[in-house]
Amino acid sequence: MKNILTVSQLNENIKAFLEEAFGSLWVEGEVSNLRRPQSGHVYFTLKDDKSQIRAVYFRQYGHAQNRAVNFNLEDGMKILCRARLSAYPPRGDYQLIVESVEPQGVGALQKAFEQLKLKLAAEGLFDESLKKAPPFLPRRIGVVTSPTGSVIRDILNITRRRFPSVDILVAPTRVQGNEAAPEIISALRHLHAYGKVDVIIIARGGGSLEDLAPFNDESLAREIFHSAIPIVSAVGHETDFTICDFVADLRAPTPSAAAELVVPLRSDLQNRLQNLRKRLVAAQRRHLDDQKELLAALQARFKDPRRFLMDFSIHLDDLRERIQRALTQNTQVMKSKLKHLELGLQHQTPERQIREKRILLNNLEKDATQAWERYLRDRRVRLTKQEALLSSLSPLAVLQRGYSITRRLPDGKIVRNAGWLTLDDSIRIQMAQGVIQARVEKIREE
Amino acid sequence: MAKEKFEDALEKLEKIVRDMEAGEMPLDSALKSFEEGIRLIRFCSAKLDETQRRVEQLLENENSLQTKHFQDEDPHEP
Repeated sequence: MKNILTVSQLNENIKAFLEEAFGSLWVEGEVSNLRRPQSGHVYFTLKDDKSQIRAVYFRQYGHAQNRAVNFNLEDGMKILCRARLSAYPPRGDYQLIVESVEPQGVGALQKAFEQLKLKLAAEGLFDESLKKAPPFLPRRIGVVTSPTGSVIRDILNITRRRFPSVDILVAPTRVQGNEAAPEIISALRHLHAYGKVDVIIIARGGGSLEDLAPFNDESLAREIFHSAIPIVSAVGHETDFTICDFVADLRAPTPSAAAELVVPLRSDLQNRLQNLRKRLVAAQRRHLDDQKELLAALQARFKDPRRFLMDFSIHLDDLRERIQRALTQNTQVMKSKLKHLELGLQHQTPERQIREKRILLNNLEKDATQAWERYLRDRRVRLTKQEALLSSLSPLAVLQRGYSITRRLPDGKIVRNAGWLTLDDSIRIQMAQGVIQARVEKIREE
Repeated sequence: MAKEKFEDALEKLEKIVRDMEAGEMPLDSALKSFEEGIRLIRFCSAKLDETQRRVEQLLENENSLQTKHFQDEDPHEP
C-alpha cells in the first residue's frame, strides 16, 4: 500500500523532522527584508552571498532573552543568531526561529553599547552641566552592589579608614545577569524612598563586557539620570566604561576609588581644621595686639591737660620775666637817654647864655665905660695940649698979624700959587677982621 | 536652626579666618568672628572625632522599607 499523505501531513512531518534534526543552531548572515508588523515580532531574511533563509524573531525572545541589550536590527546588519529551524506548514516554508541575536563585526555587545551611548548622549543624559556634585562630607552613603564579595568589603574598609563616622546603607542587588538591571533600579528607588542618603555608589567589580551588560541598560541609565541624589558609578576596572559611568554624576575607576572620592580623609580635615584654628587664634592675637598698640599710641598722645597748663604757666612766667627784663632794660635805656638829653638840654638852656651875655654885657659896659672915661681923659689931655698948640697956630693969630687968606672961587681952594688963578677969577680974601671979594686984574708969576 | 553641615561650617570658618587675617575688622566684629570661629572649630572637631557609624542593609518587607544591621560589618570594630 502506498503511504499517501496529505499536504498538511507532509508539512507537519517536515516541521517535526526539521526541528528534531537540527535542534539549536548558530547561524550567521546579513539581515535583509526586515519587517516589523504590529505584533512586535520581527521578520527578516538572513542571507549570505549565495543563499538566503527566512527568519522570524519573536517578541518574547527579543525582549526577555536577548542578552545583547537593546540594539536594533537593521537591514544590511551582519548578525549571529541562535535559532531553531522550523517550518510554517500553512505555506510550506521553512524558516529560522531566532532566539537571540548579536551583531557581528564590532562585537555584539559593543555595537549595542555604542548605539545606546550615542542615543543617550543625543538626549543629553551625559551633560556635564546636569551633573550634581557629591556632598563634601556625606552623613550616610547608599551603596548599591552585591552584599557579598570584595566590592562591598573594600568600600566598607576604605570609608571606615578615611572617616569612621560616616553611615553606610547597603541596598543589596545582583550585579550580573538579566535580573541585575531591574534590581539595581529598584534598589535606587528604595534608597530614594528611604531617604537620609546623601550620595549613592553603584559598584561592581571587573568583568567581561557581557558581565557588565546590566550597567549598560537603558532603563537604569534613565533612572540614574533622574536620581535626586548624586550617584557615583564604579563599575568594573579602570579601563571598563559603562553607560552607567557616563550618566552618573561622577565616575570612579574602581569601587575603592569611589569610596575615596565620596569620603574625605579625616586626617586631612583635621589638619585643615587645626591649621584654621591656628590661623584664627593668630589673627585674633594679632588683632588684639594691633588694638593694644593703637590704644597705647593713643594713650601716649592723650596727655593730661594739667601738663599743658603747667607748661603754659612756665612759659607764661618765662615770658613775663622776659617782658619785665625787656621793660626794665628799655626804661633804663630811655632814662639814660633822657638824662643825656636833659644834660644836653641843660647845656643848651638860654638862661646860661643870658647870664653869660649879661656878664659879658656887664663887662663890656664896664670896659666901655672905662674906655670912654679913658678916652675922655685922653682927649681932654690932648685937647688941652692941642688947645695950646692950636692957639699958637691959629690963622687968626697970623691974620692978626696982617696976613690974609686968599681962596679961589667958587671952589674955595686956598691959593698958594698965583699961577692957579686966571684973570677975572673971583677970589675971596679973608682978613683978621672981615672978608672981601675981589677980582684978579693982573697976575704976576714969580 | 537646621542641622549644620560640616562642609558649610568649614567654609564659614575659612571665610572668618580669611577676613580676620585681612585685619580690617572692627574690634567688635573681630571678637564676634573669633567666637563664631571657635564655635565652628568645636563643631567641626566634634564631627571629626565621631567614630561610631552604622552600617545597615535596606530591606523591603511587605511593601515597607526597613533596615537591619549589615552582616558583613563587625559591630565591635575599633
